[in-house]
Amino acid sequence: MIRDTIILRVVIKLLLPAILLFALYVQFHGDYGPGGGFQAGVAAAAAIILYGLVFGVSAARKIVPQKFLFSLIPIGVLVFSGTGIVSWFFGANYLDYSPFGSDSKSGQHLGILIVELGVFITVFSTMLAIFYSFAGRSEILSLDGDTDK
Amino acid sequence: MEFLQEQLPALQVVLPLVAASLCALFRFGYLSWLITLSSSILSFLVAVFLLLRVLEQGIISYEIGGWSPPFGIEYRVDLINAFVLLIVSGVSAVIVPYTQKSISARFDSTEQSWFYCMYLLVLTGLLGVTITGDAFNIFVFLEISSLASYAMIAMGRDRRGLTAAYQYLIMGTIGATFIVIGIGLLWAMTGTLNLYDLAGRLPEIKNTRPVLAALAFLTVGVSLKLALFPLHLWLPNAYAYGPSVASAFLAGTATKVAIYLLLRFFFTIFGGATFFTETPLPEILKILALLAMFAASIVAIFQSNIKRMLAYSSVAQIGFIVLGISYATETSLTGAMTHMFNHAIMKAGLFLLLGAIMFRLGSVKIEALSGIGRKMPLTMAGFVILGLSLIGAPGTAGFISKWYLGLGALEQGEWWILVLIVSASLLTMIYIGRVVEVAYFREPTDEVVQLKEAPSEMLWPAYLLIAAAIYFGFDTSFSADLARQAAVLLVNAVY
Repeated sequence: MIRDTIILRVVIKLLLPAILLFALYVQFHGDYGPGGGFQAGVAAAAAIILYGLVFGVSAARKIVPQKFLFSLIPIGVLVFSGTGIVSWFFGANYLDYSPFGSDSKSGQHLGILIVELGVFITVFSTMLAIFYSFAGRSEILSLDGDTDK
Repeated sequence: MEFLQEQLPALQVVLPLVAASLCALFRFGYLSWLITLSSSILSFLVAVFLLLRVLEQGIISYEIGGWSPPFGIEYRVDLINAFVLLIVSGVSAVIVPYTQKSISARFDSTEQSWFYCMYLLVLTGLLGVTITGDAFNIFVFLEISSLASYAMIAMGRDRRGLTAAYQYLIMGTIGATFIVIGIGLLWAMTGTLNLYDLAGRLPEIKNTRPVLAALAFLTVGVSLKLALFPLHLWLPNAYAYGPSVASAFLAGTATKVAIYLLLRFFFTIFGGATFFTETPLPEILKILALLAMFAASIVAIFQSNIKRMLAYSSVAQIGFIVLGISYATETSLTGAMTHMFNHAIMKAGLFLLLGAIMFRLGSVKIEALSGIGRKMPLTMAGFVILGLSLIGAPGTAGFISKWYLGLGALEQGEWWILVLIVSASLLTMIYIGRVVEVAYFREPTDEVVQLKEAPSEMLWPAYLLIAAAIYFGFDTSFSADLARQAAVLLVNAVY
């Protein structure tokens, strides 16, 4: 069983913080260099998925519970669409971030940062939700006793 | 107030999108229904205000994010898409009150929420496709609505819904791929994605090969989405095995939006009727439309599942609409757009009534329905009225649109098309007649004897559509006159 390999377990534990940190770097450096919410979300989800692959899905579910995950998906969309609605309160068009800051440049900067956060949340949670559904299915199957164990 | 008026185009799409997210967030069935109901009705009101504003002051252009077109994404409402927005949001607003009864009977609270979430996402996507003035945005919204509708169809009572949804997924994705290839080619040739900027640039290069290839890709891709014969194979199963609400909603809206796209691409972007008639498209479309009218109607006659029968009938009715498009004259396009409007009303109504029968009887097999006219008189009477409208009996909405379609053919001196329209309508009479015969002239079976009339929550939305089908058969000042104004814009490629 892959779960009993001590090298894998130790290496993964060492790698996890680095992966998550890199995801955050991609997220917040997205407006200066390559990257952004989508890539960062995938990287962060990959960290949890890697953890789930080695320590089991139930262990991963302890870090990010499924119920919480299902709420995160719409929350990300709401962060994105909510940013547009905030623009309305400043008297601007939908998703016009210019009035968010003291000048249009800083406003756009802040706006894109929040929107990308919304993208991050939804991509991260959707990736994980897909992983949970597929991985959870094999658990159900193995309970029935028809896997290759 | 003035500010709110200016923001209407964005509000049209944002409302259902935010509502869909809220449904997915709370995951509590009844609350989700209330959210769906309120956002659907508000969307309809927004569409009404948009139409009034367009009639009053002409085209509305809205810059998303404050970026001016053609660089930013533009939402642009003219008479053509204001009319389609009204159809889509109107059908949705009528269906939602009906859903609560039919959906809560089958799903637990969380599943109901997912259903409403998907429903609203389909609505978001369809309204988005219609309102946007950006070619790539069209593709994105089309995928939003399509993906959500695959999920919605997979939630059907019948396990065959799963394979139907899968089939639809494959065909729909091929269609979407073709559309995006077409858009990509146009972008490569012109360097713009804004539809109206494209329309300005295409006439100079309209006979280059990539542009013609783009037209071909767009035609096939959109035809897949609107289920033009012989690309219709995904439709019958999807409508037959999905939940009744989903069939009613999709039959009334999804194919109509695809037809709108066809009109928009053919006429507004590629330079009006003059360009369209230079291509071989009119002949191809005319032949396919006639084949659809006859082949699909004949297949419909031999169906034992009435939902499937109506699904094939949809393919045939789409044939009527495409026939109107193929003539590309003011009258025939008036007919096509009016039929789009009327067919949305009739088919949504028929599927709602069938849903009510399914709700009480648990089956829509034709032999299970014997004598049901005595036990569910209101439901079946409604079915007969809408059926007559589908046939095109005078005094119903269906007559008006077929009248214009026939007139369009006569103007071109093709009287034999008129004969074909009438004979295809006779085929409609046969398959509707089969249901009427079984429902009224046979002895009720044991199951049917115990039936009660459909619940009123399910009946009144259907009757609203029935009333509309009769009303628009007499007063055409809204449906046909508006369609004619839109047709003038299309033929002359005014944008």
